Amino acid sequence: MNALIISAVWGVVMMFSGILLKQKSAVRNLAIAGMVLLLVVNIFETNGTAFFNVDTRGMMYFDRFALIFNSIAIMLSLLFLLLSAKDMEKVGINYAEYLALIFFILCGIVLTSSFKSLLILFLGIEIISIPLYILTGSDKLNLKSNEASLKYFLQGSFSTGLMLMGIAFIYGDKGSFLTSVIAPLNGLPSALLIAGMLLLLFSMAFKASAAPFHFWTPDVYDGAPTVFTSYMATIVKAAVFIAFIRLFDEAFGNLQHVWKLTIAIITVATLFIGNITAVFQQSVKRMLAYSSISQAGFMLLAIYSMNTDGKEGLLLYVIAYSLATIGLFAVLAKMSDYSYDGFNGLARQQPFLAMLITIFVLSLSGIPLTAGFLSKFLMLKATLAAGGSLWLVIVAVVMAVISISYYFRILQAMYFKNAEKENIIIVSSQFKWTLAVLATLLILLGIFPNLFFGFFYF
Amino acid sequence: MIAVLLILIPLITGLATFFIRNDKLVKAWSLFATVITLAVSISGIWLVKDAKYLEHHGTWLQILGSSFSVKLDALGQLLCLLTAIGYFLIFTATWKNVYSKSYNFYGLMLLALSGLMGVYLAMDALLLYFFWELTLIPVYFLCSQWGGERRIAVTFKFFVYTFLGSILMLVGILYLQSKTADHSFSIKSFYELQTTLSKGDQSWLFWLFFIAFAVKMPIFPFHTWQPDTYQQSPTSTTMVLSGLMVKMGLLGLIRWLVPILSIGAEMWSYTVIPLALIGLIYASLIALRLSDMKLIIAYSSIAHVALMCVAVFASNEIAMQGVLLQMFNHGINIIGMWMVADMIEKRTGTTKFSGLGGLAQKAPTMAIFFVIISLANIALPLTNGFAGEFLMFTGIMKIHSPYYLWFTIAACAGVVLGAAYTLRMVRKIFYGELSTEVTGFEDVSLNEKLALSLVVILILVLGIYPQAILNMTDSFSKDFIERINIIQFLPSKTGI
Repeated sequence: MNALIISAVWGVVMMFSGILLKQKSAVRNLAIAGMVLLLVVNIFETNGTAFFNVDTRGMMYFDRFALIFNSIAIMLSLLFLLLSAKDMEKVGINYAEYLALIFFILCGIVLTSSFKSLLILFLGIEIISIPLYILTGSDKLNLKSNEASLKYFLQGSFSTGLMLMGIAFIYGDKGSFLTSVIAPLNGLPSALLIAGMLLLLFSMAFKASAAPFHFWTPDVYDGAPTVFTSYMATIVKAAVFIAFIRLFDEAFGNLQHVWKLTIAIITVATLFIGNITAVFQQSVKRMLAYSSISQAGFMLLAIYSMNTDGKEGLLLYVIAYSLATIGLFAVLAKMSDYSYDGFNGLARQQPFLAMLITIFVLSLSGIPLTAGFLSKFLMLKATLAAGGSLWLVIVAVVMAVISISYYFRILQAMYFKNAEKENIIIVSSQFKWTLAVLATLLILLGIFPNLFFGFFYF
Repeated sequence: MIAVLLILIPLITGLATFFIRNDKLVKAWSLFATVITLAVSISGIWLVKDAKYLEHHGTWLQILGSSFSVKLDALGQLLCLLTAIGYFLIFTATWKNVYSKSYNFYGLMLLALSGLMGVYLAMDALLLYFFWELTLIPVYFLCSQWGGERRIAVTFKFFVYTFLGSILMLVGILYLQSKTADHSFSIKSFYELQTTLSKGDQSWLFWLFFIAFAVKMPIFPFHTWQPDTYQQSPTSTTMVLSGLMVKMGLLGLIRWLVPILSIGAEMWSYTVIPLALIGLIYASLIALRLSDMKLIIAYSSIAHVALMCVAVFASNEIAMQGVLLQMFNHGINIIGMWMVADMIEKRTGTTKFSGLGGLAQKAPTMAIFFVIISLANIALPLTNGFAGEFLMFTGIMKIHSPYYLWFTIAACAGVVLGAAYTLRMVRKIFYGELSTEVTGFEDVSLNEKLALSLVVILILVLGIYPQAILNMTDSFSKDFIERINIIQFLPSKTGI
């Protein structure tokens, strides 16, 4: 509750700061301060100090899982702001508003991570989506950005419609929005309930950009200003997944036999389409869009397996994936050439930066000693534990091997190819060190995951 | 203690190397690191006898059921010694080679060394997987950065092959772990699965592991990455790949696959043995027609490793002793061969027969060294190759199969072909008319002489007294055979 209220309030503060504060750096610092404050109050709540007590009538529940995820999301947002807040200046003139929208998105994320009622889920998803439609189109003079925004808005509203319809069906069957009421089953589930559940499944798959509902993703990620793509592809996606797993655990846990095969098919399709299409991309930004689809495929394994390993693994996955992707996008935002050739000879020019990118890429491809490996490992372990799904594991690892081919093209360009023309990329040392923090976190979590798992068991 | 040091010394010295900017210093520093590693591995064999100093169990990833367990057993001792000697030889022989950004080169080489040591010593399946991949990453960068013309594509192929193999192995490891009684990755719990895992499980799990090891060794038909990679990589990395890293695959068979999935191994052994033998003959025949020294050595390596693989699956003590001895000797010999190839390439810029010939006139010392190494490669008596191959043939003769004679004949044919292509290579390069393209060919320099004499000394000493190694591995082979013979008494066995 702490994070929910403060993020909403701080969003409003940020809107006014655009009028009151003349300097952009002041606005930026205010946003960073707000993020730190959010993190602090959320950690307080995790340890049992809630500053606000609002009776939500059982519609929200802040358990440890939700609070830890909130901390993760806020922390990633903080790192994101530290890295990329400066680059948002390039997007347009409404600098303070962009930051305000980010706080509103966080507010939605807190809702989606701790819902107990489908209404709150719906509210959360919408509060996340609407600022994103705006941010996608924030580069007003760029046609691609406008197109992406419109496309996202149209398809997003369609999926929202599906979701509402699903919720209505479920309400029609069970007479309540609360997951605790929806969950129990007496006898066979009714057709209405199953239809509702499938509609919810599809709309969540849409938001998580799982195939075959992924068609908006490459265009939107490509068209949106790179800084916002970064946020959309990582933290927002993570929140959707948390909502996804909570929904199917708490509301539809008893219907596993119904949705399990559907999820498995969606997972395979997502892995397949994401990875195979990514191989053929020429632009790194578009490759990362497809890579985010393929990584979503891996995260879907957690929903498929639906056990403790899967849930904790999903949190680790979210961290590993987000850290690496935020890092890569932050570098990408500094570059003029988004194709692989843009990376040519980077190791010669910026050896330290190249090393950090290498760590991000290795983590994304799941090489040991990085968090990316352990999170993929946990996904596979959870899936195997779920039983009878060896084929899914084999598909997943084969796809992981395919993913090497596009991730390593970045390494090949950086280290083994020479730039034909000098691609000058200027980065401040503060930027480099923040990136280094991300990379260090990836390695630390990869070697000592206990640092992270400790949170669950004290 | 010793085991941890073997991993840590190269790791730390390797990381430190990245920060040294003086070329001479980098070389001296990495040579120093290998000398220390060599000293530690020798002390692990002859000085420190107390078992508690040879192993270490650290807590690590206990939530996942894994731990940092390393132990120096006879197999580990043998391979660590080989690897330490191999690295010492490589760094000595290539002392005068010039690499751009040598700090990166030597740093990565040492990291690969650390990974190799980890693979040899790991007593925990997850740890094994970690080190398995960690050897791959430095080698990927080494080959792609300092290799030949087609290096990027070739190395990528190599990487994908190995990665696919290892990640399938990971699936196998995970599956086995889910079946263990205490849900742990430790080798002990895995060994207990030998008798509890059903026949069907063993059968398909076998392939998940075998492909990983077969790619590494490499065994036909998983070998296609190897000749290209060996040819395109910088020679010192090729020495590591062919002399030392192929041992990872054999170690995987000996320590992990065969003892854990004994029934699976027995079920499939009559598939694997013919495959390996086909590879043996096929590689030898190709080597006979090739005219590039580097490629011939690469194919010769395929042939030799295939023979060792056959002997592992022969499942008897003599063959096992032969494999262990030959693992060591093959490493020394093949590194010796590559050293000469590197010297020739450095001096003439080519290793193709068309540009070479009659080099013995210009470099008599090098010729003598190369002839001795080649004879060891053919396994002539009194060279180190002989004892190992003889033991392996004896073992292969004893395979319990109606086709044992055919297996032996095929293996022997491979050896005869081996003699043919090796001697052909010696003749084309060192004897005959002096090639017109060779000018100013210098004989071996001091550091090269040092490295080559060490190789030749090892060849002769182990040729005359192979017992030095056989004594070391004796009890290991006995245990190995005892362990896999348990399955003879299982009730499920009767169904096979």
